[in-house]
Amino acid sequence: MASLTIQHLKKNFGSVPVLKGIDLEVKTGEFVVLVGPSGCGKSTLLAIIAGLESVTEGEVKIDQRVVNSVPPKDRDIAMVFQSYALYPTMTVRGNMMFGMESRGVPKPAREKAVARVAELLRIESLLNRKPNQLSGGQRQRVAMGRALVRDPKLFLFDEPLSNLDAKLRVEMRTEIKKLYQQLGKTTIYVTHDQVEAMTLASRIAVMHQGLVQQFAEPRTVYDRPANMFVASFMGSPPMNFLPAKVAFSNSPTVVLGEGNGEATRLPLPGEMAKSLADGRSVVLGLRPENMTRFDRRHSEDTPYLGTIEAPVEVVEPTGAETMVVVRIGGKEAIARFEPHSAPSVGEKVRLAVDMTKACLFDPETETLI
Amino acid sequence: MADATTYDPLTTSGTWGRRAKVIVYVLLTLFALVYLVPFTVVVFNSFRDLGDISRNGLIGVPHSFSLDYWVQAWCKFCVGGTCEGIQPFFYNSVAMVVPASIISTAIGAINGYVLSKWRFPGSEVLFGIMTLGVFMPGQMVLLPWAQVLGFLGLTNSIPGLVFIHCVQGLSFTTLFCRNYYVNIPDALIKAARIDGAGFWRIFRKIVLPLSPPIIIVTLIWQFTNIWNEFLFAFIFSSGTHQPITVALIALSGGGTAVHQYNVESAAVLIGALPPLLIYLFGGRYFLRGLTQGAIK
Repeated sequence: MASLTIQHLKKNFGSVPVLKGIDLEVKTGEFVVLVGPSGCGKSTLLAIIAGLESVTEGEVKIDQRVVNSVPPKDRDIAMVFQSYALYPTMTVRGNMMFGMESRGVPKPAREKAVARVAELLRIESLLNRKPNQLSGGQRQRVAMGRALVRDPKLFLFDEPLSNLDAKLRVEMRTEIKKLYQQLGKTTIYVTHDQVEAMTLASRIAVMHQGLVQQFAEPRTVYDRPANMFVASFMGSPPMNFLPAKVAFSNSPTVVLGEGNGEATRLPLPGEMAKSLADGRSVVLGLRPENMTRFDRRHSEDTPYLGTIEAPVEVVEPTGAETMVVVRIGGKEAIARFEPHSAPSVGEKVRLAVDMTKACLFDPETETLI
Repeated sequence: MADATTYDPLTTSGTWGRRAKVIVYVLLTLFALVYLVPFTVVVFNSFRDLGDISRNGLIGVPHSFSLDYWVQAWCKFCVGGTCEGIQPFFYNSVAMVVPASIISTAIGAINGYVLSKWRFPGSEVLFGIMTLGVFMPGQMVLLPWAQVLGFLGLTNSIPGLVFIHCVQGLSFTTLFCRNYYVNIPDALIKAARIDGAGFWRIFRKIVLPLSPPIIIVTLIWQFTNIWNEFLFAFIFSSGTHQPITVALIALSGGGTAVHQYNVESAAVLIGALPPLLIYLFGGRYFLRGLTQGAIK
């Protein structure tokens, strides 16, 4: 069990900067997910933590010990690869024992460790098979078994579920979470799937263009995204962005669609309005689930409940809910409806907007206000 | 590495399809016969007595049959003063081809491993330079080799030829192995590094067990080429140190007596036998090894 500290980390590939100054502080026993679109540098960061890539500038510390020039085998880490990287010519048992053999662990101890992990992952019956005789899910399990068997300080996962089909992915996700709850190992987990990040992490580091955009608990990342990139990356469908203006008339409001003839006023909660000047341009960020059909459950008197009249352009039922593309102030926005209350195309629908959940961004810097 | 589904362009139904199939097979059979004629002639002649050959011509069906010429060719016929047949030269070739094939393949495998899995600044350039050797004609390096062999004291010796073939073969063996190893996923090597394995342990435990297809291809390639090689053998060996390819020339180039076509034929066949057997038994591995990776 160990902590991990990354300070001012930079990495260049030739003249191309891939990581541009990363700071991360992972506490003992935390499950940290590095999430971001492809090319954001998350896999490179993981490879650097593993010692498979060199550091250009900055420091990587495991348990307060600088490991910049420590080879992978001496970092006491274990890694699960996207492709599983099972040794094809060895049996499952051989795969799990290879690391211990390399380290000169005596045979009885090896057998014991394999038996323990095989039981934990329910792969006892597979021990004598070769990787090509296993299904995708079984390979995934064995890859985790190989990592677990050594009882390392740090667990690294590099997109371990992305090669599985959708159903199995959800199953294995739960499995990984269970395993983590059971073992409580410090874990760094790389993924491009924001759902995986939300479900697994104790803290999420959202990465983009070689920088950590936000490093916080999943709830915070989702509810109070640090900037418009994080807001649009986390959540599906993404957060809606609507250009707006702050206006103080009787009470603080934001005005949408000004200049398009039909301006809409939405109430602004007090603490949000505090730091804002009258007439300031902002970007209003609304999650689809915070915009839905105005019905009996809502009342005009609910504090900070705004209403918008918007024409419906597209209706996309997904089963559990129905996504509705509407046009607000000349821009497309997605609202989430209960399937039974979904509108039809062409209808003009009255939306109830929960302004307590709204986010305001600076249109210049794109950061959260 | 799944098998590609075989595609038969002639599976069109109807009479035209069937007719096309017949034409193609007739043509293929004809070509096969054309290729087999010289070989058949030599095989026939190795069993015919000289009278038969002079009466009925060099190309003809045997009217006589004897295995004696094979025995003569192997251990009795006089070549260059000694009358032990081509047997000693055959053994010379074996003593040359076995170590040269094994050593050059082994070094090629290690080279390929380094150039694909342990790249360093300039390793791609180095690989480019090494493969240049594939396109270098042997005549170009005759003089340098003469100097090197003289310097090492290996002139006119089997070890000298072994050394030449090891070095000359490296371009090929490195190229083969490197291009094969490039297809081994890097993640395997990374996983092994995290598992605590070093350079040699990864090579022995991960890479080598995956290598039989390419090792077989490289060995067959090296064996066939070194066995059949003539230029270096001819230039750098003489007398009792000659490999069989050079001895065969000496055997036919006596010039004094009548040509012993039957013995010469048998000798040529003995000389051609090892690569032929290798091809018969290893050919399918060779083809499989060459196409592996290409399918993926």
